Amino acid sequence: MKTTRLIIVAVGGQGNLLASRILGEASLLSEIPVRMSELHGMAQRGGVVESSIVFGNAESTIISDGEADVLVGFEPSETLRALNKCNKNSTVITSLSPLPPFTVSIGRGVYPELGALQDLIRAKTKKLIAFDANALALEAGNVLSVNMVLLGALLQTGILPLSEDNVKEAIKARTGKFAESNIKAFELGFSAAKIS
Amino acid sequence: SFTACRNLSLTQKSGKRGLYAKVSKGRVMHKLLIDDPGKKMLLLGNEAIARGAVEAGLAFAATYPGTPSSEISLNLFQISQESDLYFEYSTNEKVAFEVAAAAANSGVRSMCIMKHVGLNVAADALMTLAYVGVKGGFVIINADDPFMFSSQNEQDNRYYGKLSGLPVIEPSSIKEAKEMIAYAFDLSEDLKEPVIFRTTTRINHSTASVEFGRMKKRVAKGSFTKDPFNCVTVPAVSRKLHVKLLKNMEKAETLSESSAYNFTAGKGEFGIICNGVSYGYVTDALKDLNLENKVKVLRIGFSNPMPKNLIKNFLKDCKKALIVEEGEPYMEEAVKSYAQEAGLTLQIRGKGEDLLSRLYEFDPAMVRKCIAKYFGADYSPPAATDLSDVPELPQRPPNLCAGCSHRATFYAVKKAAEGMETIYPTDIGCYTLGFLPPLSMGDFLICMGSSVGTSCGFSKVTDKKVISFIGDSTFFHSGIPGLINAVFNNHNFTLVILDNDITAMTGHQPNPGVDMGNFNLSGYGRVVIEDVVKALGVPHITVIRPYRIKKSIEAIKEALNFKGVSVIISKEMCTLYAKSLKKPMGKPFYISDKCKNHRVCVNELACPAFYLKDNKVNIDSVRCSGCSVCAQICPENAILPIRDKK
Repeated sequence: MKTTRLIIVAVGGQGNLLASRILGEASLLSEIPVRMSELHGMAQRGGVVESSIVFGNAESTIISDGEADVLVGFEPSETLRALNKCNKNSTVITSLSPLPPFTVSIGRGVYPELGALQDLIRAKTKKLIAFDANALALEAGNVLSVNMVLLGALLQTGILPLSEDNVKEAIKARTGKFAESNIKAFELGFSAAKIS
Repeated sequence: SFTACRNLSLTQKSGKRGLYAKVSKGRVMHKLLIDDPGKKMLLLGNEAIARGAVEAGLAFAATYPGTPSSEISLNLFQISQESDLYFEYSTNEKVAFEVAAAAANSGVRSMCIMKHVGLNVAADALMTLAYVGVKGGFVIINADDPFMFSSQNEQDNRYYGKLSGLPVIEPSSIKEAKEMIAYAFDLSEDLKEPVIFRTTTRINHSTASVEFGRMKKRVAKGSFTKDPFNCVTVPAVSRKLHVKLLKNMEKAETLSESSAYNFTAGKGEFGIICNGVSYGYVTDALKDLNLENKVKVLRIGFSNPMPKNLIKNFLKDCKKALIVEEGEPYMEEAVKSYAQEAGLTLQIRGKGEDLLSRLYEFDPAMVRKCIAKYFGADYSPPAATDLSDVPELPQRPPNLCAGCSHRATFYAVKKAAEGMETIYPTDIGCYTLGFLPPLSMGDFLICMGSSVGTSCGFSKVTDKKVISFIGDSTFFHSGIPGLINAVFNNHNFTLVILDNDITAMTGHQPNPGVDMGNFNLSGYGRVVIEDVVKALGVPHITVIRPYRIKKSIEAIKEALNFKGVSVIISKEMCTLYAKSLKKPMGKPFYISDKCKNHRVCVNELACPAFYLKDNKVNIDSVRCSGCSVCAQICPENAILPIRDKK
């Protein structure tokens, strides 16, 4: 079975680990071999959380620089920071809602301009899908469902060996009372990826 | 960035079960207790290890939390609340080790769990328990951290196996991690010795599907038979015990030779010997490079004692061999010496500038490239993405939380010490982050408890004012002996104990100062830090509430002016923990029109609740915990609680 490598980057609190978990559960449902590795960094202290998920026949749980088939970023500057994981055949999905790091507030860094950020990613990869995931999460009625919006967009690309239904089933099983808004968020992300 | 911690933050939630929740009737059983052999579940490596231990009949466990091992303990803590498994958070790794060693010497299957540097703390007990041995199985879980994702060094603890004469077991995958725990317990009982179970971060923090096995019955109660001439390690006894240990090592070596966890895969004229996660990278690389019929692999999962004969036989028909192991050339040195013994002259390489590094962790591409190069395979790595035109991105270093009381304490100490030439030894915990600008409160750190010991030396050898910081859990862990030393030798410094009522950084574990009522647990004692400090004879003790900035600064000034040892206990509950306990929080603040854009708040406190919009400071009311510290220091009194907003 073909190996597909996915990197998800997010800021602590954006629900990266839950998103990864759902993809893992969906793989289990579809009997797709899956291995995941998480770097929590200091999630609760405002740090970056990076997950690598390897689908298919591979023993490694981590992904080397330049070897991700897909990169999903929940925060635009973090997507750009993780671009070293991509190659010219990678697909990149990013939210366009910035969460500027604290260093910007104290004048120790400049937040990248979003237009230029997208141009850079587009120039170095096969495809960029970029949209305001926060807005869609709000539309779904759950501001915390940014992760589900982006999962929807990810599934739309058809790059993962998972079906939309299996992922939805995993979302339902995993997120209890938030399942309804999460499914809605997933679907909004799915549609957004179609048109971007 | 440097993030020293015994204790890295983790979102410590296992399903819907919080750390604090008491198990009540009607709750679903802990997922790792489900007795359903054949069931498949997606598990974190640490959960798989906990499950493996439960399946193996683990009955007694003790720990001091430390990343990347923390979730093993967390799960066992939860399991202990709904079963007869005994679990405790001990004051430090040495104590945890001794607690568990006694249980194992009473015939009970026991485990102690720690990160790699924790074994340094427990090493004294380790070295001589190896002489005494155990009656019931005793597994030491040791989590190494190559690349130092959450540690102060990346020492390779396989050498502890060699140093102590104890067996070392190393899994290569999550699935194997679960299986090998049972093996380690059986091995321990077979040899009557503790067994070191060594993982690395990528085992602890990776997730994969694991199949549940049968549960062995837990035997929770033990019995101790007096046998002082084998258990009291006076020299005459130890001389005898060392002979026994060496005999055990010989037996362990024969077990290592035939262990199913030391196996050969594939065939070919070349050979690779590897261990741990490297085995996965090697397997993938040989497939990618189409070398599966050219290079055979010897995977070592039982790495002390090494299977000498197995290795010699493996090398015999190899043209050249490569040793792929993260960390130190532990296997490489052994393999080279075995080759010499066997009169083999093939080339054996591993570490080296042109090959594999002793630094950090490996990754699949690095191993692939190295294998291709060493065995002359046709492979040109794809060109790296050119990122030279990507602008420098703003760093996102971890930061103390919005409303963290440590920030208030650091600010108050900094103000109180203005005009003094200072040295700030710090310690291991969330507050280590205070070393980053703009607080810049941290000048020296080597290990748990070092803030106190090094303060003694710095104050004696320099004329600077030494002010050191230690958290409540770290104080109990290893700060107390240093403070006794300071009192006895009459040193001159101020120790600030940051008492936030919890071991925060590893994800809110208890420590001896914690009110266990907050966990809905009873039957625990509680040690009050102020009482301890008084009892040690510290001549000047101050207690401050750090959110009261002015009062705190005054009290700190007085303590700093005292000649001799002074201790300041800064008491305020961890704000994350307080939130999780649903304690009443202050009203969030906002920045009113009175703001003249001095930016004292942002520039001196660096609270993450601040953000800039249209070049003006704002407060994110969702993140603001209402601590009011910024309001107290604003030169214009422009920061007001939201309830007063007009």
